[in-house]
Amino acid sequence: MNDLALIGPILAAMFAAATPLLFAALGELVVEKSGVLNLGVEGMMLVGAVCGFAVTVQTGSATAGFLVAALAGAATASLFAVLTLFLLANQVATGLALTLFGVGLSALIGQGFVGIPLDGLPKLYIPGLTDLPVVGQALFGQDIMVYLAVAAVPLVHLFLYRTRAGLVLRAVGENHTAAHALGYKVLRIRFLAVLFGGAMAGLGGAFLSMDYTPMWAENMTSGRGWIALALVVFATWKPARAMLGAWLFGGVTILQLHVQGLGIDVPSQLLSMLPYLATVLVLVLISRDVARIRLNAPACLGKLFHPDA
Amino acid sequence: MSFIRLEPRGQASKTMVYATPLLAVALTLLSGFILFMAMGFDPLKALYSFFVAPLTSVRGLGELVVKATPLVLCAVGLAIGFRANVWNIGAEGQLTLGAITGGGLALAFYGEGGWWLLPLMVIGGAIGGAVWAAVPAYLRLRFNASEILTSLMLNYVALLLLNYLVHGPFRDPDGFAFPESRLFEADATLPILWAGTRVHLGALFALMAVAGGWLLIARTFIGFQIKVIGLTPAAAGYAGFDQKRIVWLTLLLSGALAGIAGMGEIAGPIGQITASISPGYGYTAIIVAFLGRLHPVGILLAALLMALSFIGGEAAQIAMGLPKAITGVFQGMLLFFLLASDVLIRYRVRFGARRVAA
Repeated sequence: MNDLALIGPILAAMFAAATPLLFAALGELVVEKSGVLNLGVEGMMLVGAVCGFAVTVQTGSATAGFLVAALAGAATASLFAVLTLFLLANQVATGLALTLFGVGLSALIGQGFVGIPLDGLPKLYIPGLTDLPVVGQALFGQDIMVYLAVAAVPLVHLFLYRTRAGLVLRAVGENHTAAHALGYKVLRIRFLAVLFGGAMAGLGGAFLSMDYTPMWAENMTSGRGWIALALVVFATWKPARAMLGAWLFGGVTILQLHVQGLGIDVPSQLLSMLPYLATVLVLVLISRDVARIRLNAPACLGKLFHPDA
Repeated sequence: MSFIRLEPRGQASKTMVYATPLLAVALTLLSGFILFMAMGFDPLKALYSFFVAPLTSVRGLGELVVKATPLVLCAVGLAIGFRANVWNIGAEGQLTLGAITGGGLALAFYGEGGWWLLPLMVIGGAIGGAVWAAVPAYLRLRFNASEILTSLMLNYVALLLLNYLVHGPFRDPDGFAFPESRLFEADATLPILWAGTRVHLGALFALMAVAGGWLLIARTFIGFQIKVIGLTPAAAGYAGFDQKRIVWLTLLLSGALAGIAGMGEIAGPIGQITASISPGYGYTAIIVAFLGRLHPVGILLAALLMALSFIGGEAAQIAMGLPKAITGVFQGMLLFFLLASDVLIRYRVRFGARRVAA
């Protein structure tokens, strides 16, 4: 097989593999910008994945599936929000609890749906453009969710840096005491941010179960929620960099599938380690610059806020 | 704000420290009742078959100890780290590594073992787990990388490594290509402590970990440093405590204990190396640590309860056809309720409008 013919499908697969990470990372980025660290991304993705899948199987409507997935993700996130914001529970512990709970709950909901195939979403086809060599399929032959995830990047950026609401959200994340003194509703803003994060994680999960795989299996996100968390650090809390990071990891995921196709004899299990090892490597490379992390991380990240204290 | 408010207590409530775990268990049972009803099962019967029936036989009680053993070993180590704000959530991977190194020794000396093989496997398992935990420790201290994410990523790596090994180098040469190792010989199998059950020597290790963990936290200067670093890192800095040393110590210790837990699983109830050696003990141990109030004795009780949720899940699956995933839901719910009710330790719930200070 000639190598150029491979690049097109690889690129296309890379963008698709990046999509669930991008959804989840963008959501978590907004959450962290508001000063909240929600480690429950994996759990929210799984709940979104199973709910979206179940609804699509039963109604036949992928739109309904994605809507319900977003709602389910937000509902799961609201548990975290109530606990950490109003009951002042430790964010790290609660996030872990959310993931453990999400793994169990999604397995419970999904037990009747294992092994059912879905069709996935229709792919875009523009005569001429989609047929372009190399980039045609990657750029003009994806389905709507891939484009939506990319479109969300400038939208999140504009919201954070060009709207008043975004400014307030960032203020709450940088200094909740000052924001509170100025009369902003710290808890309400954080609550909404956490819900948004949950909805985005739900969409990311649903993309996996309804479109990428497309089927439901227990624990099918296999760490993507955690990789999304690492991506937010990698992105130094900037949406465009989160997209780059997602593509990078999409690339690593695809690479592992294609290395064997190229006739390189490495056991599949060792290749499957690549995304996780890459996450560790990327975290190390970014985190070693302490000044940069300190400059970019929201100052109140992970800190509890009690209006009366 | 409103009619329900939280008012800070002057001092953390001692009563609530012990009352909230019980409250969380009660709320979990209540939610379980509702959940079973919603799923169309007789809730009382389901709760009975889940939480009571497994305890009515000697075999069931034995299984309780068997499942609690790795949970205690992992949770005691994790709790010591959590107290110092070292968030090792990689116990599952460290347990897996302990099984790989400990079990690898059993296979390496297959047919030529002796009395020395088991102690060697324990040490090997501990080293395997500790090495796996040393990676996040080094990356945090040298490169400032969050140990939460690195230790978790290594869980996946460890599971894939195990999977590779049982499909390749560790596979039983006479085993018809099943992804399993040979069955361990008697020299490499932990002795049974309680006849008629599967309770093995690892249970004794777990008790030793409880005692040792308590001694370390309550009776040593290192334990004192751990507590100070966890409560007020700045004060620990002024006092000149070596925080790096504490990060190393807590991660290596929790890794070693998890490694011993993994070695205990393959040399105990499993008796060989297979692709699945843990139903998520390393993750459940996080819940156990919190539910046990990060205290070794509390952890012992919490581990027994969580062990019950594992065997209860299996029992209810057999008796009533309940889905096995219920176990995970119960475990997650329990931690949620615990974290939620913990607010009562430091705050009072007040009803009615706020009194305005004169």
